[in-house]
Amino acid sequence: MMRLVPRAEPSQRMLLVAPLLAVLLTFLAGLAVFASLGQNPLAAFKVFFVDPLSDMNGVSELLMKASPLCLIALGLAIGFRANIWNIGAEGQMYLGGIFATGLAIHFNEHGGAWLLPAMVVAGAVGGALWASITAFFRANFHTNEILVSLMLTYVADLLVKFLVYGPWQDPAANNFPISINFGEDALFTLLATFGGDWLEGTRINTSIFITLVAIPLMWLFTQKSFAGFQLAVAGAAPDAARYAGFSEKRMIWLALLIGGAAAGIAGVTEVAGPIGNLNDRWTPGYGFTAIIVAALGRLNAVGIALASLLMALLYLGGEAAQISLQLPKAISQVFMGLLLIFLLGCDVLINYRLRFEQAAAR
Amino acid sequence: MMPVTGTTDTHSATPSHDAPAREGAPLPAAVETPLLSLHGIRKQYPAVLAVDGVSMAFGAGEIHAVLGENGAGKSTLMKIIYGAVRPDAGHMEWNGRPVHIGSPGEARALGIAMVFQHFALFESITVAENMALALPGKFDLKALARRISEVSERYGLPLNPARPVHELSVGERQRVEIVRCLLQSPKLLIMDEPTSVLTPQAVQQLFQTLRQLSAEGTSIIYISHKLDEIRALCQRATILRGGRTIDEVDPRVESERRLAELMIGRDFPETQRRPHHTGKVALEIMGLSVPGDGPFGTALAKVSLQLHAGEILGIAGISGNGQAELLAALSGERPVADHQAIWLDGQPVGTMSAGERRRRGLAYVPEDRLGRGAVPPMSLADNALLTAHRQGMVKKGLIRHAAMAAYAGETIRQYDVRCGGTVAPAQSLSGGNLQKYIVGREIGQAPKVMVAAQPTWGVDVAASALVRQRLLDLAAQGVAVLVVSEDLGEILEVCDRVAVIAGGRLSPARKVSETSADEIGRWMSGMFPDPAAEAVAVATAAAAATA
Repeated sequence: MMRLVPRAEPSQRMLLVAPLLAVLLTFLAGLAVFASLGQNPLAAFKVFFVDPLSDMNGVSELLMKASPLCLIALGLAIGFRANIWNIGAEGQMYLGGIFATGLAIHFNEHGGAWLLPAMVVAGAVGGALWASITAFFRANFHTNEILVSLMLTYVADLLVKFLVYGPWQDPAANNFPISINFGEDALFTLLATFGGDWLEGTRINTSIFITLVAIPLMWLFTQKSFAGFQLAVAGAAPDAARYAGFSEKRMIWLALLIGGAAAGIAGVTEVAGPIGNLNDRWTPGYGFTAIIVAALGRLNAVGIALASLLMALLYLGGEAAQISLQLPKAISQVFMGLLLIFLLGCDVLINYRLRFEQAAAR
Repeated sequence: MMPVTGTTDTHSATPSHDAPAREGAPLPAAVETPLLSLHGIRKQYPAVLAVDGVSMAFGAGEIHAVLGENGAGKSTLMKIIYGAVRPDAGHMEWNGRPVHIGSPGEARALGIAMVFQHFALFESITVAENMALALPGKFDLKALARRISEVSERYGLPLNPARPVHELSVGERQRVEIVRCLLQSPKLLIMDEPTSVLTPQAVQQLFQTLRQLSAEGTSIIYISHKLDEIRALCQRATILRGGRTIDEVDPRVESERRLAELMIGRDFPETQRRPHHTGKVALEIMGLSVPGDGPFGTALAKVSLQLHAGEILGIAGISGNGQAELLAALSGERPVADHQAIWLDGQPVGTMSAGERRRRGLAYVPEDRLGRGAVPPMSLADNALLTAHRQGMVKKGLIRHAAMAAYAGETIRQYDVRCGGTVAPAQSLSGGNLQKYIVGREIGQAPKVMVAAQPTWGVDVAASALVRQRLLDLAAQGVAVLVVSEDLGEILEVCDRVAVIAGGRLSPARKVSETSADEIGRWMSGMFPDPAAEAVAVATAAAAATA
């Protein structure tokens, strides 16, 4: 018989090594997946994980995908540290996109340099407002935030559809569900326009700086701020938080508003970035993938930054595998799933030990 | 049946100790073959050597105490006897024949029964149903109910088999556990801290039962840290320290002080009391009523109390009588609806949160240390920040790590906390050391009112003495101290006045010098005068005296 026995002292070092181990195991399992699909495993591996990074354009695309993932995951991780499970970042991101689009359409002809910053703020407010519905019900009626935030994602999705099929539809779009394309003032500037031939043709834009600022901010919040400490206590020992007199309601609001605002801003960086408009299928599920990113990054700012790069690579590799190897689109999700399973498995084995026993002598 | 490992021959093979036990000497109470003997038992856990070559023998019909501080190896040894833990080395003999006890089932088959400190009863079913679940054989409730009545009558343990367990008091629940053991006619009964939940009267009743069992030939292993009880009940006492047998004595002829010193291995510090001076009222409860906590909680009914600056007031009572509800209402963990029901330092605070009350000078040492009083995986420095953050540890929302570490370091030094420094996680400390740290952290905030729940519960003798002394010192500095404790000995040792909580009602407070363990024991079962009526009586008496 096999049993899991708790370890007396889980190794702190292994806790950090586990994500790397999970990545390694995912790569190995990936080779097996490729082989089972009738591909040459090594060649397929190269197409999936190496080729996307072989030129500047690839690196730019990687950063473009990693940036919103990282931003959302940083916000979510603050809540996760307090055991507040906001699963609805996807919906909060939609609302960020909707709020920003509202400004972009309204000031289409008469914008200015102020428009983009205003859209970022509006996006943050939109995401936070959407998350505040979850916060209100959790704080006052003890509803389950996982269910509420997840359900609200589907509401947000329908809201986007309503807008792009209805009032915000571009009259010139031949009935396609799409808004007008944003004007110059409502878009992030391409880094390539600042010169540098080596950036020629890449899509990376100034929104990357928002994420670059958010990483140290998140680190500061979790490591140095008293509010971050309170959230960590609430996560590790809720009774201790109550005993010390940390307000539970305040923490619920704080965690969800931060997570919602971060997701909202990520929505702005998408609609005002590579997409350039609002339509009904503009996101490849960043809000959900960010949950894996946060877990893989150990809810830690630096870890999340690295994890977001890896997840972005899985997206890119999946696209490359579809094009060059004619593999199904689901291949990216297979890899994400593998990664998550291996990570959870490593975590179990860090905290528990496997013990093999003969059937107990009765 | 084979011995577990290693040493198969008997006494001669036991490892030598620096303090040799009298294991080779003839055993006073059991000249014939002992019922159970242990030889060179050893158990190594990953971090500690819990039992280090222990040999001892339990004679038939003997009441044998096993004494020792926390971590001395008592629990591990009992688990080994009960088959729940396997020793790494050594062997046991049952009636002189080598025996291997591989599981609690095998132990029960031999005739070994154990009454645990924490009961394992199903609340929602009846006494008889609970027992039927634990007993082997056919499920015949009627016959079982008859046997329960027989056994409980014979041993003076009144019990109604048809009552659901959630209606029973803690003492009655323990009776269920004992009767459940007795139904199997055990030859050896292990009792782990059985009196911690009983009133003094119930303790006397239990002792009678145990003496009767012993007279009928049942051996009893009695584990307790209450030395007066051991002296009153037991014929022999084996003292363990650091996993080794230190000595074996006749507790009836040794003093309590001597037993305590054997346990801790050095002189026993005595607490220094100070004269009882009281200042103005620092904490007042006025007619506080709150609903019970959960389906099996106890509602508070019109609890009133005055606590003065500079005094220590004890609230005695068996746990589950409303202590949890009272403490949650006092600490602010669960604010109450009536703002005027609780006054702190002259201000009503009923609806205020725990944080606001702390800001007004309340400190609180909770009953559960890990997970409530301290965050288990966080460092001692982080755990200082938990409640002492108003001591200059937070500036503009940012944490000042230097101030945190300094406060934690100072607490560790002043309270003699044995630990791996300020970075040690709270969960790495022993119960006693963590309690010293928490008490130190709370006192260090210079509170006006200190509430301490079970301040020395599960804490070893030396640490208990230090904690009690610090509470006395705190009161001497003019702080109002409220001690809520199940340990009557502790209350009588440190408190100036004592009140009793029973069934959610609070008795009038009496000066400790004007009451007795006997009276408090009666009050614990709910038989005390109505506080309001008593106040009227006192006033009338005073009026009569002046007239």
